[in-house]
Amino acid sequence: MTQALAIAATEFRILRRNRWVLIATVLLAVFALSLTLAGASNSDAFGVDLLTLSVASMTTLAVYLIPLLALLMGFDAIAGDAERGALALLLTYPMSRGTLLFGKFLAHLAGLSIAITLGLGIAGVVCWAMGSVSVESLTSLARLIAGSILLGAFFLALSYGVSALSTSTAAAAGMAALLWLVLVVLYDLMLLGAVVWDDGGTFSRHVFPWLLAANPADALRLWSVTAAPGQALATGMTGVTHALPNGVALASLLIWPIAGFGLAWSVFARRIP
Amino acid sequence: MSTETILNVLNLQHRFRTGAGLEDISFQARAGERIALLGHNGAGKSTLMKAVIGLLPFDRGEVSVCGHAPGSASARKATAYLPEAVAFHPKLTGREQLKLFARLAGAPRTSVGELLEKVGLAKAADQRIGTYSKGMRQRLGMAQVFLGRPKLALLDEPTSGLDPVARHDLYALVDALAEQGTAVLMASHALTEIDAQTDRVIILRSGMLVADGALETLTRNAAMPIRFRLQARDDAAVLFERFGGQRINGARVEFACPPEAKMATLGEIAALGDAVSDLEILPPTLDDLYRFYAQDEETSR
Ligand SMILES: Nc1ncnc2c1ncn2[C@@H]1O[C@H](COP(=O)(O)OP(=O)(O)OP(=O)(O)O)[C@@H](O)[C@H]1O
Ligand SMILES: [Mg+2]
Repeated sequence: MTQALAIAATEFRILRRNRWVLIATVLLAVFALSLTLAGASNSDAFGVDLLTLSVASMTTLAVYLIPLLALLMGFDAIAGDAERGALALLLTYPMSRGTLLFGKFLAHLAGLSIAITLGLGIAGVVCWAMGSVSVESLTSLARLIAGSILLGAFFLALSYGVSALSTSTAAAAGMAALLWLVLVVLYDLMLLGAVVWDDGGTFSRHVFPWLLAANPADALRLWSVTAAPGQALATGMTGVTHALPNGVALASLLIWPIAGFGLAWSVFARRIP
Repeated sequence: MSTETILNVLNLQHRFRTGAGLEDISFQARAGERIALLGHNGAGKSTLMKAVIGLLPFDRGEVSVCGHAPGSASARKATAYLPEAVAFHPKLTGREQLKLFARLAGAPRTSVGELLEKVGLAKAADQRIGTYSKGMRQRLGMAQVFLGRPKLALLDEPTSGLDPVARHDLYALVDALAEQGTAVLMASHALTEIDAQTDRVIILRSGMLVADGALETLTRNAAMPIRFRLQARDDAAVLFERFGGQRINGARVEFACPPEAKMATLGEIAALGDAVSDLEILPPTLDDLYRFYAQDEETSR
């Protein structure tokens, strides 16, 4: 554990010196603020407070942006060290590969969590200053932040898997981009196509909700909207949330990071540096 | 020097898909021994080191470090490694990087400052590694070799790209390692790059071990001819008739003789008296010796 912490401390220092945490925080904050302010004009029309609306639009944003940030953060975690020749050296120290990976994971997850909490949290602060929050909407913001961190954890783990498979950082970057496209964009498009084709049949009612929950990015949408009836209305996902037992989306968000890390570990364990 | 065997390599064999690899390599390294591992580009020096350190699962043979399998926790604890052309993270300082290695090796943190001093990086310790010169990076790499008092140190081309002063400093560090009882295996491209102080020389050629022994032994076994250069007082023709070889500029003759005939030849030259005004004896250079062993038969002709 001291070894994992030593790796984590070093990796976190590198994140800070690369201004990674700062850039990610600012990026998320800019999006969060603009979405909040854009909602300010029509929150009355929906009959909900401003933060409810803001969380709904931030959820849509988070589904795309968080995976991207996580993949960007981690794609060179192993391939980059390997390119520098530092990986071979690190692996000759009496430390397991799992420890090395876990140390990096701790640091990256900490950086990502800080960026998400500050970046998305600022919407809550602004809405509160404008007097348009409620206990309900604050809770859903907290859920969005927690869910985003879990989603980020999964994509971080994926990025390690990609990095461990790649011989160069360029290859790792390409593979990470492809994964993002498939898991975050194409997956939804394919499901949407299937639903349209099925036209309200068995697939739409019984299979589709499960397939949606099985993808952690969509699980974040589901989990974020089940918090409040207002949320579900604002995002139009009431039908799906009713078709699933309670806690399925959360389970998906919790299981995937662990499974992803296990996968990355097994890939890394087999790598010949 | 103690006689404790640290590294034992027996019939090590590995073949890459490209066909290159290692061919039936066997040798041992004892505590405190400094061994130079020589060979051309692609001879298999780095591959051999990676196999010994457990980074490369090999096809056949046995390797043990203090009796432990390569790559096992005990073997890794006993071994230090300096990879070929290692680059550390440019955003870290030398001290931070070394501190990390110390914590991974379980070495006391106080040793970090001492080691930086030892390798001559004390002043630059808190500078980012991105600003280091190649020599400074190599020094940092050498500093981490000392962590945890390893039994075996594998240094892959530690002197390539270093200026003569830096190279000299590096050899001083290698000597320090050997003095504390570490067996040091050091890869290099040429004998001339290696300090003549190494205890043993191992030469690889296309993945095969073609020479293993002290420099003197290798020199003797190679039985390379010794060259004589004679300066004639008047006319070199007499000398040329007598010894053959080559005439240079009319007044000089250069010829070779086998090492065992060296004294007899000297006697003959002395008997010529005034006819010879000057004499030079050119023993085989380290480069000649290295070429003798390391070059393929086809290319050496
Ligand atoms: N991962 C690999 N896959 C395929 N072939 C490899 C691999 N690593 C090394 N080789 C081949 O094995 C041979 C020995 O390589 P190695 O790096 O050990 O040489 P070297 O003696 O260290 O050379 P240099 O002096 O250039 O560092 C080369 O022909 C090389 O192409
Ligand atoms: Mg090499």
